[in-house]
Amino acid sequence: MRSPVVLAAVVASTIATLLIGAYGMRVARTTSDFFVASRTVRPMWNASAISGEYLSAASFLGVAGLVMKYGVDMLWYPVGFAAGYLVLLLLVAAPLRRFGAYTIPDFAEGRLDSLVVRRLATTFVLVIGWFYLLPQLKGAGVTLRAILGTPYWAGVVVVGALITANVLFGGMKGITFVQAFQYWLKLTAISLPAIVLLLHYKAEDAARLTAPVSPTFQTETVVDVSVDVEFEVDGPTVLRLRGTLDGTRYGAEAPPVTLAAGRHTVTAGAEITFPAGSPAPRPVGQPHVAGDAWSRPFGAGSSERSHPLFFTYSVMLATFLGTMGLPHILVRFYTNPDGRAARQTTLFVLLLLGGFYIFPAVYGALGRLYAPDLYLTQGTDTVVLALPGRVLSGLGGELLSGLVAAGAFAAFISTASGLLISVAGALAQDVFRGQVTDFRRGAVLAGTVAVAFGLLVERFDINVLVGWAFAIAASTFCPLLVLGIWWRGLTAAGAGAGIAVGGGLASGAILITMLATPGPGWAEALLGQPAAWSVPAAFFTMVVVSRLTARRLPAEVAAKMVAMHTPEALGLGRNYRE
Amino acid sequence: MSDIDPTLAARRVAVRNPRGRASQDTPGERALAELAEQTEVGEVLLRSLTRAQLLLAARIFAVFGFFLLGLPALFATQPGLADYRVFGLPLPWVLLGGAVYPALVLLGFLYVRQAERNERDFVEFIERS
Repeated sequence: MRSPVVLAAVVASTIATLLIGAYGMRVARTTSDFFVASRTVRPMWNASAISGEYLSAASFLGVAGLVMKYGVDMLWYPVGFAAGYLVLLLLVAAPLRRFGAYTIPDFAEGRLDSLVVRRLATTFVLVIGWFYLLPQLKGAGVTLRAILGTPYWAGVVVVGALITANVLFGGMKGITFVQAFQYWLKLTAISLPAIVLLLHYKAEDAARLTAPVSPTFQTETVVDVSVDVEFEVDGPTVLRLRGTLDGTRYGAEAPPVTLAAGRHTVTAGAEITFPAGSPAPRPVGQPHVAGDAWSRPFGAGSSERSHPLFFTYSVMLATFLGTMGLPHILVRFYTNPDGRAARQTTLFVLLLLGGFYIFPAVYGALGRLYAPDLYLTQGTDTVVLALPGRVLSGLGGELLSGLVAAGAFAAFISTASGLLISVAGALAQDVFRGQVTDFRRGAVLAGTVAVAFGLLVERFDINVLVGWAFAIAASTFCPLLVLGIWWRGLTAAGAGAGIAVGGGLASGAILITMLATPGPGWAEALLGQPAAWSVPAAFFTMVVVSRLTARRLPAEVAAKMVAMHTPEALGLGRNYRE
Repeated sequence: MSDIDPTLAARRVAVRNPRGRASQDTPGERALAELAEQTEVGEVLLRSLTRAQLLLAARIFAVFGFFLLGLPALFATQPGLADYRVFGLPLPWVLLGGAVYPALVLLGFLYVRQAERNERDFVEFIERS
């Protein structure tokens, strides 16, 4: 991993992104305005941009890591990330574009004529935006560690600062071209190495993926332990070691050690050499990843989580319904010239995401075969980065490692910039009072808060963090958008109460899980992924309170319904927010 | 929104007819005006469109929900499914790792085609009545 080629690829892609952003700002400030005004952004172009901004560290690194760790059940995450756009297409895309709302707070205020609901919506834009930034920064921390060997915090701080500066100086802002480029870069970076890896994959290895055996080192493997870890081995394991194991120090010339079955502790800084054919140890607390359990639904993950079927449904609900509520995605729909183009764009997004999400599972499965040391070092989130170098030697391996590293950088830089713009915009507009300097202040505050919390989340899987951001979005903005678009009876009081109840329940449950880590049982299942009950609670509250306050319907409901639902050909549209 | 009288605002919208027909008495104009001014007739017209679109969404949701929400329950109750192999890969991997995505695109395509047809029908209906 630590090769000059990889470093050069990352630096080159980062500089290219920043330069295109900064230079593009000059030429494209007019061009992109021109695009919006003259309505010539083609759906395919726009869809590339949406997908480019959407495919984050969670998609690029996290999915493969979770699949490697827990097995096939984790494929529900990418399925949900893509299926969320079908829900968005069916219920939101065209009417929302016709309404002309730029952001969710704009929609809330325009549809319900309420500043209170607007402020509440802004609050949750901040919560969701920051929450979604955490896994991006975690991705940055582990990627930089994998490439340069820097400590976790250094990656978080450096990339956090880079993104903040990027947003501060206006790079990437609203430029369709940059984000569209990012999609194609990420697709190339994940697909090309995957195809090469599959060509080197030996068919006889396939059996070991589904057989009841632990992952095994195929070749002699040297593992650098960077964090103290307590691990388990199933049988006597022979290894060579330099460093401290179970309190004993071993020097460079020490003879091989035989570990008895059971628990052992290795101290940070150790270097362990596993001979070929040795089974890979697993950290205490991780599921037992024998192939038969790993490859089956409700297999490996089940032994770790309480009520895995409930968890799966809750993740599905969060991702299906949360996508429409992500603050950085909605803005992009505004570049569609009309409702019809918004629909076509969404359809293309489904196509582009489907094309991408075929690949992460390949890395997850091959990682189990060829990089089992990542279980021990708890680095499964970096399997995409590590794999090309493990399977291919020489320049080919380095070039492909450089490509995936560049893709990973593209993933968290593009998503994090989009999120930071949304958060800074919300701060500038609703918290400070909307001037350019306020946007800059917002960007600095947003970036600082994100980095501060990003330092604390190293132990959480990237995708679990992202799943929580989706759960909060699904519990607040999904009911607001769906009922706001399709139900005349929604009142400001109903919407406000629903957002407060759904958002409060979901964020409360997640905070308890993060801080207190409930033990096994229904409490862990219900709090660990709350969407299954917090989303219905939000819908229920919105409907009941709206009925109770039915006499205070917002003004011009009928005209707003006409504007949202009639085709542009009739010329009845009217932007409720400019 | 603003301090503009809503009926006034609505009337102002009605003037923005793209075809710019002069007479308020041509058949298309009347239905358009009903919509623009949100009269009871206009309300009924609009409801016919939103109902059609919601029904369409519900139909697509039914297919989507039946298969996607059904899968975890199926996997949980029929563990033997994991032993089926398609192209050498276990069935759950093929379904979740690949087959789901073309299915999503197909459902999206069917939705977009029919939703646009509903809107075209609506526009034609308004212009004729």
